[in-house]
Amino acid sequence: MGKGSRAAVSPASLKATPLSSQHHAKFQEALSVKEPKEKLHWKGFSSSEKNRALFKTSYDDIMEEPPYFYLITTYLSYIILSFFGHVRDFYGFRWNKKAFSHLMPSNGYAALISDWDSFWTRNLKMRIEDCFSVPTSLVPGRTINMLERVTKDYCRTFQFTGKLKEAVNLSSYNYLGFAQSTGPCADAVEEVVHTYGLSSCGTRLESGSLDLHTKTEELVAEFMGKESALLVSMGYATNSTTIAGLASKGSLIISDELNHNSLVFGARLSGAFIRVFKHNDIEDLEAVLRDAISQGQPRTHRPWKNILLIVEGLYSMEGSIVKLPEIIELKRKYKFFLYVDEAHSVGALGPRGRGVCDYYGIDPKEVDILMGTFTKSFGAAGGYICSSKQIVDHLRLVNHSSVYGESMSPIVLQQIYTSMWSIMGRDGTGAGQERLSRLAWNARYLGSNLRKMGFIIYGDRDSPVIPLLLFNPAKIPAFSRECRKRDLAVVVVGFPATSIVASRARFCVSASHTKEDLDFVLRVVSEVGDILGLKMSSRKALEMGMDV
Amino acid sequence: MDNPVLTAINQTLYSVSRGVQAVPGSAIAINYIKNSYQNDPFRVVLELGLAIYAVKYMLSKKYRIDHNHVKLTEKEIDELVAEWQPEPLVQPLSEVQKMELDKAHVIVGAQGPKPKVQSGKNLLNLASSNFLGYITNEDIKAKAIETLHNYGVGSCGPPGFYGTLDVHINLEKDIARFLGTESAIIYAQGFSTIASVISAFSKRGDIIVADEGCNFAIQKGTQISRSVIRWYKHNDMADLERVLESINKESRANKKRPLTRRFIVTEALFQNYGDIAPLDKIMELKHKYKYRVVLDESNSFGLLGKTGRGLTEVYNISPRDVDMIVGSMANTLSGAGGFCAGAKEVVEHQRLSGQAFVFSASIPAMLAVCASEAINILGTPQGERLLKDLHENSAAFRSVVVSPSATQAMEVSSDAGSPVLHLRFPAASLAAAGVTTRDEEKFLLQEVVDEVAAKDGVMITRAKYVETQEMHLPRPSIRISISASHGKKEVEKAAQAIKAAFIKVLAKRK
Ligand SMILES: Cc1ncc(COP(=O)(O)O)c(C=O)c1O
Repeated sequence: MGKGSRAAVSPASLKATPLSSQHHAKFQEALSVKEPKEKLHWKGFSSSEKNRALFKTSYDDIMEEPPYFYLITTYLSYIILSFFGHVRDFYGFRWNKKAFSHLMPSNGYAALISDWDSFWTRNLKMRIEDCFSVPTSLVPGRTINMLERVTKDYCRTFQFTGKLKEAVNLSSYNYLGFAQSTGPCADAVEEVVHTYGLSSCGTRLESGSLDLHTKTEELVAEFMGKESALLVSMGYATNSTTIAGLASKGSLIISDELNHNSLVFGARLSGAFIRVFKHNDIEDLEAVLRDAISQGQPRTHRPWKNILLIVEGLYSMEGSIVKLPEIIELKRKYKFFLYVDEAHSVGALGPRGRGVCDYYGIDPKEVDILMGTFTKSFGAAGGYICSSKQIVDHLRLVNHSSVYGESMSPIVLQQIYTSMWSIMGRDGTGAGQERLSRLAWNARYLGSNLRKMGFIIYGDRDSPVIPLLLFNPAKIPAFSRECRKRDLAVVVVGFPATSIVASRARFCVSASHTKEDLDFVLRVVSEVGDILGLKMSSRKALEMGMDV
Repeated sequence: MDNPVLTAINQTLYSVSRGVQAVPGSAIAINYIKNSYQNDPFRVVLELGLAIYAVKYMLSKKYRIDHNHVKLTEKEIDELVAEWQPEPLVQPLSEVQKMELDKAHVIVGAQGPKPKVQSGKNLLNLASSNFLGYITNEDIKAKAIETLHNYGVGSCGPPGFYGTLDVHINLEKDIARFLGTESAIIYAQGFSTIASVISAFSKRGDIIVADEGCNFAIQKGTQISRSVIRWYKHNDMADLERVLESINKESRANKKRPLTRRFIVTEALFQNYGDIAPLDKIMELKHKYKYRVVLDESNSFGLLGKTGRGLTEVYNISPRDVDMIVGSMANTLSGAGGFCAGAKEVVEHQRLSGQAFVFSASIPAMLAVCASEAINILGTPQGERLLKDLHENSAAFRSVVVSPSATQAMEVSSDAGSPVLHLRFPAASLAAAGVTTRDEEKFLLQEVVDEVAAKDGVMITRAKYVETQEMHLPRPSIRISISASHGKKEVEKAAQAIKAAFIKVLAKRK
């Protein structure tokens, strides 16, 4: 339980060699040509031991803590909030029965919702509801249009004013900027509405398979460097309805503790035994593996049928990137199967936008199952599973969505096809590559400058998801409102979605942002940061001296 | 760390922190505590407060310790690791599975009343959920394109993170208004909806009483909820009452237990059988025994009732009396996504606890607008005409397949008035023909499918299941979906062809 244990990585496990160094070089060139002031190290490209070491001791895994003052006030705030919450509940349950009726048993029915489960929702989130679930309109692109709304009863109800408020958009998962209502994707989608309509009216296995499905699956498989691909009409369901087809009773699923809800859902449906390891902690993972394999199944000690390790490529709340090279190393020794959820990393990481394998220069064949979604980088919807033909064919028959769920809509298929075609450079314009470079540069630019300003930022420096730590609960709405006032749309999250102390704002960078946009963002965030006292990092000096 | 008191505190904190790991998102806190207390006694006090809170939290959950752990040396572990050989993730496909994959229809070009299939032929489509013919509706397409030019395709975020569009809010209002409930919430996929709805309300210790014939999505919902599940015989109200009574008896015997939430879950029009739930009787029992009702109208929303409002309209029951109505926009509306309609509290709770709602990107604007359009047609005379056409076609089909000349070769498990019909070989005829296994039965049905496609130009499909995971696997069948977009004569002709194929395939086997 030593302090430095997480950062220490044995050099032997860092043998990842670039898949195509030519590509990496070109990519870097593109980056530096566009914005000559900034020098970039691409992780997969930096093969020298020194560079590697630099990365590993840089931001990657450090979760910096705030000074005492903030810590104490954070705890105090929650104590005060929960005190007032209990007072409100006390009176509410007695004298405002109408508003609390669904929390109380009545007429022989148990309470619809347990009051303990909804305590924080009612007493914390409810009062700052204007910062969550903000309704919007039009394209969630470089800017976003929020529906202006007012409340007269402390966020219990809202009234729309009928006006739109446009703000720079750091909230949508529009990494490559494909959320567009014009351009090649929109044109192709319009065409497909005429030629295919909006639905295929059925499940994949019964009568809803179109040639367009097959064609898109082939392209996706090629893009991911796998034999076969299976498309599912919803990203969440891609996980929640697939895992049961891979693991069952007698199997072991090992899951990162911060894995997405859809993975947890899917794993629980599978009936396999589930064990959790510490977020992105290779040592803990190895300990769990050793314990699991040597002990076998609980009680009977029978050996496990097989072990499926489930991790994400890029964690969307932390901005951390999975330590894939080390995991591949472990995979050789411990013979588990590897399932990587690339919902946020596909398109957003790697010089060719192919996700974490591309990022580290690892052959995608090393990973058994590559899963990802199209909701983010591709501006579409749904998800994919890429694997060997044998596994994908098996999944076509047992994935719940393929057998019972609606198949992917033709418009979504076309959006995927056209955007992917562009990323692959097949359209002959280089526009896709430009988006990739733009995103990579934007991510570095915003992240490093925020760090330099003294904010506490989690995550990897190549991550297009940039969490900025707020700590005090009162700063959650304050940050959101102050940013919105200054025409900047951000996402804020607090307990219970994060741990008690780690409330945060989360920025999602997009290729559609210009340098001017990001300078604007930096100006606004710096201003708000000064007002709210958020520049509390003690590592400021370190960052300043560092080559970004 | 040479101070014994500090060491003891360290030890305690460490074991506590291991327990706290069970709490989602606690990683940062734990890491953080571990980093800070080592060199700072003041901090220890502060953190202890948190630790106590954590212990309280921990105790409220079931905490299991493995007493069965065998102590092994590192060397032994290494040997065991080297020895262990995993089974492959999947097994090679069996013959039936191969057939399942090879024989699935692939449509070339647009889906529709007469789509082109791989063989190059256009077939009359009795396999798709194009009940009201919306797939070829030009008004809906025009709306979709208009939406595309304003919204693009993807929403690029879950509803909670700026992914709620005005068109989503409008669709929710349209659904609520059409059904006559207080509000509604939409999900991005029909199949995933009900599992999230069930698990948002029914927790560990709560009781779910469900129909054995319920579709797979409901089965998964009950499984994920971790509630106590009791099944009653398919559409058997006496059995339902028996189950409710026995639960009552158990809880009377155990007075100390607090009142738990109880739910009756049923489908309105059963996907696996094509028959209809006796909702009047279910509502009666619901009121008598104080259960909440979750009604899955995925297959009946837009189909049943004079204006397509579903089973509540058929039985003239107020939709507000049903606690949660779940439906799909992928079936009758020929779109995508699902919804849950109900009281405001029911809907608002799901915005924070409906897992597939909270953790998934919202449905593309184009598909939401299409669903709105499709619903708006339902209320109009045009909609009523479509429904009338549909039901006439169903009746025409039914009159052919439910006839004395067919009973030898086929049986129909669907209720009259249902546009979804399951056709099966009668068990007796199968036995007479010497068909004993499920696989053989499936091959026979596939022969029927192939025969009518090749000879009569009709597209039908077997109902498909994830057989290894179904709770009460229905017998193999062919599922017919009638559409309003065919002429009555065409439908009759297709029905004749299917009947003939059933008879022929069975005769050949004998
Ligand atoms: C890791 C991960 N997997 C799956 C999903 C679900 O994807 P979708 O939003 O397309 O349903 C998400 C979405 O937030 C995610 O972050």
